[in-house]
Amino acid sequence: MTTAICSVDALAKNSGVCALLTINGQQQQVAIYYLPDTEQKVFALGNWDPLGQANVMSRGILGNVGDELVVASPLYKQHFSLISGKCLEDDVSVPVFSIAIEGQNVVLVS
Amino acid sequence: MLPPIFFRRLIAKSESQKIMNKLNVVVVGNGMVGHHYVETLANSNVDAKITVIGGETRPAYDRVHLSEVFDGKEPSDLAMTSREHYIELGVDAHFGDFVETIDRVAKKVITQGGQEFSYDKLVLATGSYPFIPPVAGHDQAHCLAYRTIDDLAEIKASAKGKKIGVVVGGGLLGLECANAVKNLGLEAHVVEFAPGLMGVQLDDGGSAMLRRKIEALGVKVHTSKATQLISKGSGHRLKMEFADDTELETDMIVFSAGIRPYDQLARDADLKVGERGGIEIDYQCKTSDENIFAIGECAVLGKFIYGLVAPGYRMAEAAVSQLTEEKKSFTGADMSTKLKLLGVDVGSIGDSKGIAENSRAFVFSDERDDVYKRLNVSADGKKVLGATLVGDCDDYDTILQYYLNDIDLPDNPENLILPAVEGGLPSLGVDALPMTASICSCHNVSKGDIVEAIEGGCKTVADVKGCTSAATGCGGCAALLKNVVDFELSARGIEVNTDLCEHFKHTRKELFTIVQSTQIKTFGELIDKHGDGRGCDICKPTVASIMASLWNEHVLEADLLPLQDTNDTFMANMQKDGTYSVVPRVPAGEILPNQLIALGEVANQYGLYSKITGGQRVDLFGAKMSDLPAIWSTLIDAGFETGHAYAKSLRTVKSCVGSTWCRYGVQDSVGQAIDIENRYKGLRSPHKFKMGVSGCTRECAEAQSKDVGIIATENGWNLYVCGNGGMKPRHADLFATDLDTATLIKYIDRFLMFYVRTADRLQRTSTWFESLEGGLPYLQDVIISDSLGIAAELEAQMTHVVETYQCEWKTAINDQEKLKRFKQFVNSEEQDSNVVFVEERGQVRPANQVEKKRLALKAVS
Repeated sequence: MTTAICSVDALAKNSGVCALLTINGQQQQVAIYYLPDTEQKVFALGNWDPLGQANVMSRGILGNVGDELVVASPLYKQHFSLISGKCLEDDVSVPVFSIAIEGQNVVLVS
Repeated sequence: MLPPIFFRRLIAKSESQKIMNKLNVVVVGNGMVGHHYVETLANSNVDAKITVIGGETRPAYDRVHLSEVFDGKEPSDLAMTSREHYIELGVDAHFGDFVETIDRVAKKVITQGGQEFSYDKLVLATGSYPFIPPVAGHDQAHCLAYRTIDDLAEIKASAKGKKIGVVVGGGLLGLECANAVKNLGLEAHVVEFAPGLMGVQLDDGGSAMLRRKIEALGVKVHTSKATQLISKGSGHRLKMEFADDTELETDMIVFSAGIRPYDQLARDADLKVGERGGIEIDYQCKTSDENIFAIGECAVLGKFIYGLVAPGYRMAEAAVSQLTEEKKSFTGADMSTKLKLLGVDVGSIGDSKGIAENSRAFVFSDERDDVYKRLNVSADGKKVLGATLVGDCDDYDTILQYYLNDIDLPDNPENLILPAVEGGLPSLGVDALPMTASICSCHNVSKGDIVEAIEGGCKTVADVKGCTSAATGCGGCAALLKNVVDFELSARGIEVNTDLCEHFKHTRKELFTIVQSTQIKTFGELIDKHGDGRGCDICKPTVASIMASLWNEHVLEADLLPLQDTNDTFMANMQKDGTYSVVPRVPAGEILPNQLIALGEVANQYGLYSKITGGQRVDLFGAKMSDLPAIWSTLIDAGFETGHAYAKSLRTVKSCVGSTWCRYGVQDSVGQAIDIENRYKGLRSPHKFKMGVSGCTRECAEAQSKDVGIIATENGWNLYVCGNGGMKPRHADLFATDLDTATLIKYIDRFLMFYVRTADRLQRTSTWFESLEGGLPYLQDVIISDSLGIAAELEAQMTHVVETYQCEWKTAINDQEKLKRFKQFVNSEEQDSNVVFVEERGQVRPANQVEKKRLALKAVS
């Protein structure tokens, strides 16, 4: 099942935005990253930075560390994998959500 | 490590019962050496009551750099200590009173002022006095000496409005003094009795070359002149009549013809003195009375008087050590010296003139570039005996190490002084230096000390400097220090990786050159052609900054936006809870009342916490990302521009109120600061930088703690560079003096662009400066003399940045595409529920976790 989130136009190329979603009855802030030159194109992580203790993950810089696609927290610069949500420097992780592009829309896949 | 003073206090406290038995140490003289003795003793574990009596009215100061007082420095800049510091050390200090008598039986000294001080140990550090040749007429007005700060005041007063100044004495001190006279704006003449300048240190060839160079600087040199009479002049105040029937008219005569040990006090007390003066001492620095020491220029060991600071310090340390368990000896010192006289490099090592019988000389003379070098080696060509260098001292360090450490010379030792030809120069491998080799003689740092620092964890030259103080005195050993550090690091397998990050195998400086020369405008093209992978949070903002410095496009252009740190992306400063702070520009801190009202209204309307910053502006905290465009729209209407507090760029130009209002101001510091802030606002740089403009030497704008500091003088502006407050404070260096505004701006343009081009990522100007190998003279060469031939390019680059300035916020609020990201959620108008404020002292602040829980519970119930 898919739920529409926003249009592709609302995304920021090679950067992130944030959406407010209801997942399993719970409100969730979800960071959505748009990397048009990758096969998967869109990635979604929880917006809560467990180390910085604030909803800021969508505002980090994207890049790679070795083979891992990552986002760097804008607060204290730890790197989190866009695929697994794991932090590369600390033993914490953020939730990963499954999203996709359908036509002109970004959708949550559940 | 705890500072020694701390140990001393600990010991003093735990052994308080000994207080009654404190050793009474009286030091006569508070020059550089006397002061060093006091400090060394106060910081040792000797339980002593220290009394120091200085004849001058001020505490010890740096006499070596006396002439700089006429070159922009204040007498207070030369101070080595203060009355307050002595009080902190528990030292009883008396100034402006001379000790007249030593009563060796009663073990006390009596001053001219009638004060008496008892001693257990007495230390004589009385120094020396200037030798004034007994020429008839030498005691009239405007015949002066050059020795103390008070002398300088007299010289300055005498020179006022006059044209010609004569210095009698062509030695080291005389030429130093000629520099002072020249700096006062007088036509300077040097009159020397001997046939050449600096006859003690230089051979004839070196002396002649020095004369050529000094004459080229406009100083008139008269050698082989014996002054017979000083009489009234006709065109000028005085007339000097020489033995060869020539004469010279002048407005002022300064005697700087050598010094004599000040030993009268010791003579009167029947202490042994040398044949040609000086208080006789042994290797322990003891005089003929075992309770009296003598150190510095007043002392004579064997037949030698050591008239340099470094040996004086070693004597002071040896004398202090006699009161401790560890007894050090002073058995003499190397008198090799390297200095700049009137801007000319002069070096003298060991037997510089080749007087020794077995000495064989190599001489290199270049009359086109005015360089003279002489290397004296032993007859078998194996050892250095001495050297003379004039006009180029690059080889000084290497030759000195061969000399001091008695290292065998390579074949063809003449290559040591020959100009570099490809593959020809045998450099002395620093691995050949013994651990005892002195690298920095100002701070007495040996190669062993440096190795120890590296083993203790230092990984860069800057680390080692900080840890050992090496190369922080005269700076002459900087290149040698770097060689030692580099060698020791690589010997330990510590590779110094200067790559920016895993994506670019280049330094920031190299990347800058690449972007500039290839004119690449996007990150994608740059990483495709010159890097690997997708980039990261290190290289992306670095490249964005480089491109901004070069092309100066808006930070939110689609290609650039993904490169920016969050602060640049939202043109505000992210705080711990994800909200932002807003800082409008207030150039120089000058603000209209209506703008203050507008700030207050914005803060009230959006519920922002307000605080005055250290940079003379207002910071508004707690702004939601989605409110930023509206907040800025209001601020722009009130006449504000973005303050770039979020960017690595110019923050503020702090100013004092200046001559417009202040009773003491000599220039309009506010006007100057506003112009400067408006010129450099928005310039993206490797790190943030700050500037300050003070309207007089009282320095209320604290300009000397800024990256660029400007202080008004009666004749213009003095420019200081590379200061820093913050974590590692650094006093800015005086870069140029009495500049007019056009020249000031020209130098700042060049300086800032040179920094922007060459510094590492996140390197402030202060650490960048420490990493420049040639230090201040190098930087002055590049900026003032354009030694790299890039000044025009740097200025053009700055002009481009100034001409393409835009208020980033003004552009953004008129461009919907750029405002797209200023939404909390792409699919909802709600706000971040985790942003919760509580009230404190009448304003908001972020709630802590406990408060958030309490508020959430309240909401539920």
